[in-house]
Amino acid sequence: MTAPADITMPRTDAVLVGFGWTGAIMGMELTEAGLEVVALERGELRDTRPDFAYPKSADELTYGIRHQLFQDLSRETVTIRHAPGQRALPYRQLGSFLPGTGVGGGGVHWNGQHWRVLPEELRLKSHLAGRYGKGFIPEGMTIQDFGVSYQDLEPFFDRFERVCGTSGKAGNLNGARVAGGNPFEGERSREFPLPPLKDVHGALLFAKAARELGYHPFPEPAANASGAYTNPYGAQLGPCNYCGFCERFGCYLYAKASPQTTILPVLLKKKNFALRAGAQVLRVNLDSQGKRATGVTYLNAQGRTVFQPADLVVLSAYQLNNTRLLLLSGIGKPYRPATGLGVVGRNYTYQMTGGVQVFFGKDQPMNPFIGTGAGGQVIDDLNGDHFDHGPLGFIGGGYLGVIQTGGRPIQQMTLPKETPQWGAKWKQAIKDHYLYTVNIQTHGTVMSHRDNYLDLDPTYRDVYGDPLLRMTFDWKDNDIRMTQYVTGKAAQIARAMGGKSVEVKMKQFGEHYDTRVYQTTHNVGGAIMGEHPESSVVNRFLQSWDVHNVFVMGSSVFPQNIGYNPMGLAGALAYWSAAAIVSNYLKAPGPLA
Amino acid sequence: MSESEKSTSRRNFLRTVVALVPTVSVAACAPFAALKRAPAPQVYAPGYFSRKEWAFLHAACERLIPGDQNGPGAVELGVPEFIDREMEGPFGHAAHWYMQGPFACAAPEFGYQSPLTPRELYRVGIAALDAHCRRCFGNLSFAGLPPVTQDLVLSGLEQGGLHLEGVSGGSFFGILLQNTKEGYLADPIHGGNKNMGSWKMIGFPGARADYLDWVEQRGVPYPLGPVDVAGRRG
Repeated sequence: MTAPADITMPRTDAVLVGFGWTGAIMGMELTEAGLEVVALERGELRDTRPDFAYPKSADELTYGIRHQLFQDLSRETVTIRHAPGQRALPYRQLGSFLPGTGVGGGGVHWNGQHWRVLPEELRLKSHLAGRYGKGFIPEGMTIQDFGVSYQDLEPFFDRFERVCGTSGKAGNLNGARVAGGNPFEGERSREFPLPPLKDVHGALLFAKAARELGYHPFPEPAANASGAYTNPYGAQLGPCNYCGFCERFGCYLYAKASPQTTILPVLLKKKNFALRAGAQVLRVNLDSQGKRATGVTYLNAQGRTVFQPADLVVLSAYQLNNTRLLLLSGIGKPYRPATGLGVVGRNYTYQMTGGVQVFFGKDQPMNPFIGTGAGGQVIDDLNGDHFDHGPLGFIGGGYLGVIQTGGRPIQQMTLPKETPQWGAKWKQAIKDHYLYTVNIQTHGTVMSHRDNYLDLDPTYRDVYGDPLLRMTFDWKDNDIRMTQYVTGKAAQIARAMGGKSVEVKMKQFGEHYDTRVYQTTHNVGGAIMGEHPESSVVNRFLQSWDVHNVFVMGSSVFPQNIGYNPMGLAGALAYWSAAAIVSNYLKAPGPLA
Repeated sequence: MSESEKSTSRRNFLRTVVALVPTVSVAACAPFAALKRAPAPQVYAPGYFSRKEWAFLHAACERLIPGDQNGPGAVELGVPEFIDREMEGPFGHAAHWYMQGPFACAAPEFGYQSPLTPRELYRVGIAALDAHCRRCFGNLSFAGLPPVTQDLVLSGLEQGGLHLEGVSGGSFFGILLQNTKEGYLADPIHGGNKNMGSWKMIGFPGARADYLDWVEQRGVPYPLGPVDVAGRRG
């Protein structure tokens, strides 16, 4: 940005770019440490009342199908291609992933699937080399260690669960195995703050069949409150009522953990905190040497450019936006797949999902509309390195189970494959199957590869005139092998559930990434953390290697994807980074690693 | 491409499409026979669609989701009204889609890549399809064809055998089917699903959104009928 801003604001100690989960966490921690903090959010102000109030929130078309709460692609989007050398085209309509916008960000409309991470996934490259030998990692796969250990993060996983009032059952308390929880999880210092949610019929049928086949089912950790709860900040949650309008919707009941329900009631009242909505950050400003950030420049709701000077800049926007802002601001060296050099945009990855449908007869109504975002029964036996990968020829894994999130009839109607798409037979099928179907989901890793990455698009621009982010991504055989293995096991469990028929949906070799079909909003990488500046953008404290007063939050920092949903790890990393800033950085501003 | 260039090229594109006569064949150009009128339009007066387009919409919706012994069809539930109202809102105008050029053809995995907004797609799609039908079926529009022929035409669009000049028949069919199902299954506040007819047929309780008392009634039918966002009972 060479042109001077229209307005220059008074200096602040810290500025947050984006105000979802990680922005709210950073805002709380830094203001508690006495800093003056300004949060800039491109979207609108939102709160439970009036924005998510019943009954208007129980409207599938508006929220679930027309995506009322998500990023407005008419203003900014990404371009996508499958391989370097191809022409990328704009992601014109929301499909495969649904980035949030507005106060609370994706924390408003997430499911609340609140996992930690498996200890071996944080040191994936070292772990695999140790167990299977260095040659086990195929050519072109660019996985690496996070640079932080599970033990480092445990207090912060615990902290985020206490803030969210997460419902679940521990499987490993201080090294001792606990019946009913996940036997494969890392050690927990405490039990979950709330007991598990109640299970629907389909989830219990899954758990019974899985147990009989030798697996270890347990309730999925859910940031949907199973009872009344007051968190460490004093914010109160009410019990979830299984309304079935959770993911893609704001919670009308104060039961789903979100920035609005857990942090903002306290943070927004603080005198040393200011929130500005409608503030589109265009650049991080750097000093003349490019070694220190002087603040950020944003466009305010009136369309004027504003310079906000700050001593500390925290990028807490969505993964794609954090990466793009680094590229636009010239922080860190852009990644080039041809040479493998550069770091910003490197190791973009995604997740791999599959599904198995079990169709029941009319003697067993499943009441699919009774749903929570994250409650259900799952198994972790096929995730991480809980099974011998040696003979299987792939890296990674996933969890699977029945998480009945609702029976919203436009989006969540599951019909047998041979059903026509329209006409009298389609109508007959929705009548025959709507109430009588159970879905098993498989949710797994995608490893990072040399030619899956992010950079700036040479052609397409946003409404502000800046280049869009360009995503180069396609499925690799490793990840197809993973999903076929895990989804195949899910089908075996499905056949033992007592339904009339079973159908399997999973990716096939040679199948390309399809931007039209919703998969997950678990885009990761692009500003990855690590142990060396040549192979990562930020150090183990999420601090830029190049500009020491810039910190980058969220799943941007994952060097490859994990099997679980990423928010629990992203939340814990935000608390971990905040602790490093408060304990060390503020006393002696400079590189922490 | 600048905004003014884009709108000029879009106008040119529309002009071209409207001027061209669709040059195609459907797998079966059925003989001129067995005519049956489309269902009569309802009281609702369309804000966007013309009289001819409105007749098409009724005829198509009735074939996509016909009324029968299983329950009401799309026309009975007001789906044409739903689609007309959607055309006048943000969806019809593609208000939240990225609509900057340049536009290019691409593999289907890259999603919608046309400069046409939904309301433009309906306009050119209906005109092109009606022109095709008049050419193949003795100067009859789609709405004037017998149901069995209408089904053949719709199948031709769906399966790609029927090509429309200047507009993707598959895209047009895709949005028509998507919107028809939306109007059939969405909350009545949007103009379709009158009296929650589809919800009663499939067993969805609508906007009740409170099941704490039934989550542990496993395998037991839910006892209450639907309610909608406006507070009505189905």
